[in-house]
Amino acid sequence: MKFTEPAGTNPIDRMTVVGRAQDRIDGPRKTTGTAPYAYERHADAPDAAYGWIIGAAIAKGRIRSIDLDDARGAPGVLGIVTAGNAGPLAKGNFNTAKLLGGPEVDHYHQVIAIVVAKTFEQARAAAGLVRVDYDRASGSFDLDSALKTAPLVGGDSNEGNKAPAADRVGDFEKAFAAAPVTLDAAYTTPDHSHAMMEPFASTAMWKGDELHIWTSNQMIDWGRGDLAKTLGIAKDKIRFMSPYVGGGFGGKLFLRADAIMAALAARDVGRAVKVAMQRPLMANNSTHRPATRQRIRIGAAKDGTIQAIAHESGSGDLPGGGPETAVNQTQLLYAGPNRLTAMRLAVLNLPEGNSMRAPGEAPGMMALEIAMDEMAEKLGMDPVAFRVKNDTQVDPQKPDRRFSQRQLVRCLEEGAQRFGWSRRHAKPGQVRDGRWLVGMGMAAAFRNHINRRSGARVTLQSDGRVLVETDMTDIGTGSYTIIAQTAAEMMGVGLDRVEVRLGDSAYPVSAGSGGQFGAANATAGVYAACVKLREAVAQTLGFNSADIAFAGGQVSGGNRSVPLRDAAKSAPLTAEDKIEFGDLGKTFQLSTFGSHFVEVGVDAYTGVVRLRRMLAVCAAGRILNPKAARSQVIGAMTMGVGSALMEELAVDTRFGFFVNHDLAGYEVPVHADIPHQEVIFLEEADDKANPMKAKGVGELGLCGVGAAVANAVYNATGVRVRDYPLTLEKHLDRLPEIA
Amino acid sequence: MVGGAATAMAASTPSDAQTKRTTMPPDPAAMPVTMPVTLKVNGKDRPLSLDPRTTLLDALREHLHLSGTKKGCDHGQCGACTVLVNGQRINSCLSLALQHDGDAITTIEGLGTPDKLHPMQAAFVRHDGYQCGYCTPGQICSAVAVLDEIRAGVPSHVQADLMARPQASNIEMRERMSGNICRCGAYSNIADAMADVAGAKA
Repeated sequence: MKFTEPAGTNPIDRMTVVGRAQDRIDGPRKTTGTAPYAYERHADAPDAAYGWIIGAAIAKGRIRSIDLDDARGAPGVLGIVTAGNAGPLAKGNFNTAKLLGGPEVDHYHQVIAIVVAKTFEQARAAAGLVRVDYDRASGSFDLDSALKTAPLVGGDSNEGNKAPAADRVGDFEKAFAAAPVTLDAAYTTPDHSHAMMEPFASTAMWKGDELHIWTSNQMIDWGRGDLAKTLGIAKDKIRFMSPYVGGGFGGKLFLRADAIMAALAARDVGRAVKVAMQRPLMANNSTHRPATRQRIRIGAAKDGTIQAIAHESGSGDLPGGGPETAVNQTQLLYAGPNRLTAMRLAVLNLPEGNSMRAPGEAPGMMALEIAMDEMAEKLGMDPVAFRVKNDTQVDPQKPDRRFSQRQLVRCLEEGAQRFGWSRRHAKPGQVRDGRWLVGMGMAAAFRNHINRRSGARVTLQSDGRVLVETDMTDIGTGSYTIIAQTAAEMMGVGLDRVEVRLGDSAYPVSAGSGGQFGAANATAGVYAACVKLREAVAQTLGFNSADIAFAGGQVSGGNRSVPLRDAAKSAPLTAEDKIEFGDLGKTFQLSTFGSHFVEVGVDAYTGVVRLRRMLAVCAAGRILNPKAARSQVIGAMTMGVGSALMEELAVDTRFGFFVNHDLAGYEVPVHADIPHQEVIFLEEADDKANPMKAKGVGELGLCGVGAAVANAVYNATGVRVRDYPLTLEKHLDRLPEIA
Repeated sequence: MVGGAATAMAASTPSDAQTKRTTMPPDPAAMPVTMPVTLKVNGKDRPLSLDPRTTLLDALREHLHLSGTKKGCDHGQCGACTVLVNGQRINSCLSLALQHDGDAITTIEGLGTPDKLHPMQAAFVRHDGYQCGYCTPGQICSAVAVLDEIRAGVPSHVQADLMARPQASNIEMRERMSGNICRCGAYSNIADAMADVAGAKA
């Protein structure tokens, strides 16, 4: 099905199942520990041996020698794979650094060997006997110094966020110089780690020349393709399975070392091998959200009308990598006739930078939305009113292009009203509650929606149950449930009559999970397959009118009503299709909008920041399952609190690695950090997005929330901090006098 | 540095390696030395013969195939491996299986099944107190134990008065749950689920 015209009325509009706050259908399995993840395939690979990964101890250089003799002789060892015996390996299309290093080392903790033994304990012990002698080379590890000579580079996050190297509208410099009120400020965001709870893990098993791999991956078809390319085998020789993924956040978008090492090890030792990357290797071995250095300039008339806006960002990556596209949202979010965006990319020999939840917008909005707060203060305007004043219903760079839907103003105003924003003191540092300095902050939320082709196969089984198969993944996003809701709505059956099978390359290729494109596109693909199945059902049952209804397990048209199951009486009926997109996504700008409101307390004595209240208002098309969507948003808000207050990969600029590479050193929010969170979804159905009239929401909740926290801290203390995270030492010596 | 076992090792000379091999010839085929232990898991005696290095976590996951208990970090940093030992929660990755001879271990599988959920499991489903599901078994085991701890009067860091009986308040539960990380950020919903089971207001 090709989606070329705005969606008309369709069966999803009934919203008898879709749009309801349905409990997740995978809930009983996940809450009882009976959902099998990649390392837990005891039934599929009962004799799997254990792999232990060894990561490089240098950031750049060569392995002079690697002595495996003692390890090979250790009890239980079945084999050791290094670049020396792995055979030729290509680099995946989505990988910047190769996944198995040696003799050249490209980054710290790049895999250089895997030791395989009969037991986990034996593999671990044997790995301790491997001796590696390195030739350490000097490298570029300091972003600030590397950016001094870095060129302008454009880029695409692969997740719906791209920006050219530099982009201009009007004459920014002239308009900025002439503007009566201006801001010119620099902001920094540090490197972030996905820190998903399930480590990178794979179980690999060869059946002749066919590879079966259970892994933890967001994008089945990308992973399968890159695994085939890396190994130099045909894609159809690989069955790639990820039915349950213990979190990804972009870290599992691509083929990673656990998968390739499990496959190589299983081939080497002639039996199934399972590998879970040790937690302390994960931060440096895998990808991360790159640090940014941003400069924002805004010039406005005295009434708050923006006349000039510039957003520049610098980031770094390994040779061949790309920039963090932190300026993208600034091209679209606010009006203004004179505009400039630019990105610089430095070469760094730190681990590979790549997508992490809302790549581009997450760090970009962290800076932009502080700048908007600062600018509102300079103008003497309320921050909500300043944003409302500069709303636009068209792409500011291409005024002929309208947003398909844009309810930013409603998000801002409704959020302000519900949060009690009018009680905020514009002058900071005014509110005390015992030892706490109390402040409120807000920010806009913005994230693009993108269309991706997505396929599914739907079968009406002889017992009248509906089976959906697609390689879509559920990384905690609720895919199982919303796909079941879609099929139930389309086929007119109860949710309990639908079975959903996901995350298997044996099923049609879907959008996959990333860039908040999963839910809307994957369900649209299921919609397309269901449309075909409905046609097949109608034909089988002898309905010749197009005007038939599927409801309550019955198919009705004219004066006939037949049980749906009758269509599959003699044989199951199967239909397969995919959603594909025409130009609507180019004719219109498809984006999602929201607002974040936050109240914090800052300890007047210690400077510790505690969250007191959080609210998000989102406008993101039709919300397919408000319960799961709300969870996506609060989860993103929680990650945003992390980026605002604590998350930072500390760079060792001497040796070129992230120092705090485990869950004790890399701090993420815990229960005690997060208060009750409120989320409001505005009623919306975007007929230009897809037949589901839905858009993404999973990343919207992250975009802007960090700045809302930072703005609340400023409102509490009167001390503006522009370098994330806002740890207490950055404002402690400037806090108000304790009365 | 923990990462990469080789990181701290200097290259040994060939003669060192040679000497070691002649004095203690390893047998690659040897299975590890094992020791007997009996764990009472989810009400059943489970006699095992284990490599003494085996953690309680790996005994459950790899030897008893109770993989509901998750390995998130293997270092006591994340809480995904939380189980109940004689009614108290512990990080099973920080404990060797041999330390638990005769101990009663309750894992997530022992709390309830998909067809017969424990009230805390049902509350997690109802309140959407999970997303990817990986930290979930640990969260649920911890949540069950936390309510028991509060009932038993075990004090916590956030109590204003350490001599007063703790209540199942929002901050009290959040404080006690803070050893269980959920990167998906389901905390607000987990607090609601726990409050529901505790009969308290979130």
